[in-house]
Amino acid sequence: MSNVLTMTTFIPLIAAAILAIFLRGEDEFAQRAAKWVALVATVLTFLVSIAILAQFDPANPGMQMVEEAPWLMDIKYKMGVDGISILFVMLTTFMMPITIAASWNVTTRVKEYMIAFLVLETLMLGVFMALDLVLFYLFFEAGLIPMFLIIGIWGGKERIYASFKFFLYTFLGSVLMLVAMVAMFADAGTTDIVALMKHEFASESFSVLGIHVLGGMQTLLFLAFFASFAVKMPMWPVHTWLPDAHVQAPTAGSVVLAAILLKMGGYGFLRFSLPMFPVGADVLTPLILWMSAIAIVYTSLVALAQQDMKKLIAYSSVAHMGYVTMGIFAANQQGIDGAIFQMISHGFISGALFLCVGVIYDRMHTREIDAYGGLVNRMPAYALIFLLFTMANVGLPGTSGFIGEFLTILGVFQVNTWVALVAATGVILSAGYALWLYRRVVMGELIKESLKSISDMTTRERAIFAPLVVMTLLLGVYPSLVTDIIGPSVEALITNYDTAVSEAQAVTQHAATSATSH
Amino acid sequence: MIQADLNILLPEIVLAVYAMLGLLGAVYTGKDRMAGMLVWLTAGLFVALAFYIASATGTRTAFGGMFIDDGFARFAKVTILLSAAAVLVMSQDYMARRNLLKFEYPMLVTLAAVGMMVMVSAGDLMALYMGLELQSLALYVIAALRRDSVKSTEAGLKYFVLGALSSGLLLYGASLVYGFAGTTSFAGIITAAEGHAPLGLLLGLVFVISGMAFKISAVPFHMWTPDVYEGAPTPVTAFFATAPKMAAMGLFARVVYDAFGGIMSDWQQIVALLSVLSMFLGAVAAIGQRDIKRLMAYSSIAHMGYALMGLAAGTELGVQSMLIYMAIYVTMNVGTFAFILSMSRDGQPVTDIQGLNMYARANPVRALSMLVLLFSLAGVPPFLGFFGKFYVLRAAYEGGLAWLAIAGVVASVIGAYYYLRIVFFMYFGEEREPLDRPQSPVLWGFLVASAGVMTVGIVFLFGIENVAQAAALSLIK
Repeated sequence: MSNVLTMTTFIPLIAAAILAIFLRGEDEFAQRAAKWVALVATVLTFLVSIAILAQFDPANPGMQMVEEAPWLMDIKYKMGVDGISILFVMLTTFMMPITIAASWNVTTRVKEYMIAFLVLETLMLGVFMALDLVLFYLFFEAGLIPMFLIIGIWGGKERIYASFKFFLYTFLGSVLMLVAMVAMFADAGTTDIVALMKHEFASESFSVLGIHVLGGMQTLLFLAFFASFAVKMPMWPVHTWLPDAHVQAPTAGSVVLAAILLKMGGYGFLRFSLPMFPVGADVLTPLILWMSAIAIVYTSLVALAQQDMKKLIAYSSVAHMGYVTMGIFAANQQGIDGAIFQMISHGFISGALFLCVGVIYDRMHTREIDAYGGLVNRMPAYALIFLLFTMANVGLPGTSGFIGEFLTILGVFQVNTWVALVAATGVILSAGYALWLYRRVVMGELIKESLKSISDMTTRERAIFAPLVVMTLLLGVYPSLVTDIIGPSVEALITNYDTAVSEAQAVTQHAATSATSH
Repeated sequence: MIQADLNILLPEIVLAVYAMLGLLGAVYTGKDRMAGMLVWLTAGLFVALAFYIASATGTRTAFGGMFIDDGFARFAKVTILLSAAAVLVMSQDYMARRNLLKFEYPMLVTLAAVGMMVMVSAGDLMALYMGLELQSLALYVIAALRRDSVKSTEAGLKYFVLGALSSGLLLYGASLVYGFAGTTSFAGIITAAEGHAPLGLLLGLVFVISGMAFKISAVPFHMWTPDVYEGAPTPVTAFFATAPKMAAMGLFARVVYDAFGGIMSDWQQIVALLSVLSMFLGAVAAIGQRDIKRLMAYSSIAHMGYALMGLAAGTELGVQSMLIYMAIYVTMNVGTFAFILSMSRDGQPVTDIQGLNMYARANPVRALSMLVLLFSLAGVPPFLGFFGKFYVLRAAYEGGLAWLAIAGVVASVIGAYYYLRIVFFMYFGEEREPLDRPQSPVLWGFLVASAGVMTVGIVFLFGIENVAQAAALSLIK
């Protein structure tokens, strides 16, 4: 199958079209049909995506299973995967059936709900597979539309504010990237991502409006892309849309947001920022490392003060994404391996944590931490699963959370010891807020009257958690599963990055010496 | 000789003769009872002529260069005729139900179309003014078509007074240009303006541009737009938002390239300024609007800013991007106004956007189509509106106007807010008095077709990319 990538990407969209065209009515039968169609489509997508993984050759660092077709202007429709993107594709196809299954209790506008999620899946997969700048932007931005609707229609009380903030914040971030893309198109004459990676953008310093821009064009392009990915990631200080969006989104929306959408920022850094603008990245690395360190400590402290469970987990997500950016811009094998690992593992863990909140929210319709306490007495299975993911979130060895944090800190230690030191305190803080949350919600005596009749997880809910538990533990004890696949591509990325940076340094030094000799 | 010249003008002559015969015929026979038939007949004629024009090739000039028929003119004419036909068909039901369907209406639209066709083909300041005035006079009258409504009359009067002022500016500029160039023909002006242009010619250029900026409602000549859009009957507003914009934009490009192509750096800064002001004012001023017609007025101001961005680039890519942008803009507006025309409560038209509360529940297909159009208007991918923006941004950047491109995208984020607000009412609002269930299958058809074009068009742009490129090539020799 030569078009397996396109197939995987568009199966959910086709299912969405089928739902939109053929399904009529709002009765019980129509709702059930919509859910089943969505579930079957997402499972089918997952099965087809396994074929991608099976065909994938980990030893080859280049793009694989490339599909190409001409499009408008000189733009191409080009899809492909390499070691960096394939795991994000798998993460998406893996999480979507879980998301759909977790939405089984939705009763309002079920058809539209399922259509929104299916369309979103197509767009997310497209982001990770697109090998053309404009195609990438198309998928990247279009994903805002279904997410805007998901938060706005099925969200909580403050959903309107949250949905507008989400849309406009991320839209503003990415339009600057659009201008940068136009500039790259003009400079390189192509929008092919593989060709652009080989293209050397000018890195001679120049002055704009009296400001001396070190790294020149590359730094400007880097900043434009950074504006988009940092918001998407989200990095401190542009993270404020995330807690709002998370709190207001329905459970499944939060899961997708945390598990997949946040990874687009990190993926973007790896796909564009590092390989295309190495000099610009090198110039700004100290800034980004410190921003990451601040993010880790600051958002962990903020998480400690939260009263709302979802908000607490949202802030913890920001902190964990801090490790990711730190690892990426450490720009060595451990750092980037760790960053990718952390993103994959965070996909499972944060998704599971939001599902955990969803389980009790479905029963009590509140996310206030104070409304709970002593759940272990009536919900032993829930307590166990919540404990596992709390520990994974803390980064307990044996769970996947540990590997990512450890590798990124290891990577950044070689580059900047102080940043590593500050980041490591985040590990302690994360234990603080996560364990405290667990104690307040699950442990203790069950004294609240309203909780006396709460029931433990149903079979459906247990089945949803099962794959996540397996993946978290499996990656925790056998990380090579991930690192073997990403290894060669990351190595190639780092080699290119180092060569480009040292070349640029040689040029600057040469210019400096020739200037002094005159 | 005259035979050949007339042959080139055939579509315009056919339309002009048709308009006069139609007026006479209707006066002596059924009067307003004929109107419904005339609407369909006119729309049919428009479509037929559009096909006839599209089939021609090459560049031909008539009457000693007064009238130019080239790829650029044909692109604009086809867009004008097709959008005018669409608006005519859409308006029939609305006007008939509100007793507005006068037989003069299709005939005035025809005369306006003739004027527009002359505008985009003008090769001389005289031809330009003739076309512009024929168009404007017809538009003044149809703006005041609802004679018993104060608002409509006010709109017509306002449009007329301000339009006369702008015509005056344009004429004054034209006389200056004539004085300093010694000729009114574009071919003559471009040789006179070669290299270093005299100050008087530049002054003339500024006045001519001001006059044309009024017609495309670019800031700071936009004041009339919201009031006229709001006051005129909705089908007329739909017409204002589509064909005349294309015509005025075509005329704009024609004048700055054919007559002032030699002093590009002089007009480039003016156009860039108009562009950036329009984009920002359109985006910011629309935020506070409650009336969807006023909102669309500001939206069109902003869109003209983007089209001008392509023009400001001063390259072949710039003209191509402007043409593509205008074609997409016109298609989006036809669909959006099909939606607005179908908004009513107890038979009365509603233009308050709060009336759309929970529209999606009652009319899922219409709401979804409108959603597509709104996101397309906002320039959010994957819809066609994004490609329009992408083209002009690319043209602006490659034309050395990176600052304009950055300003454009920032304005588009501000503008996204008010489009999102309509989506918000349709999908997230609270249920209040619902609107009537729309009846007209014609409006449904235009709405859904337009949304479909915005979605499917991203695959191949319906081939207009190459046509627009050829058109741009014919303008920039």
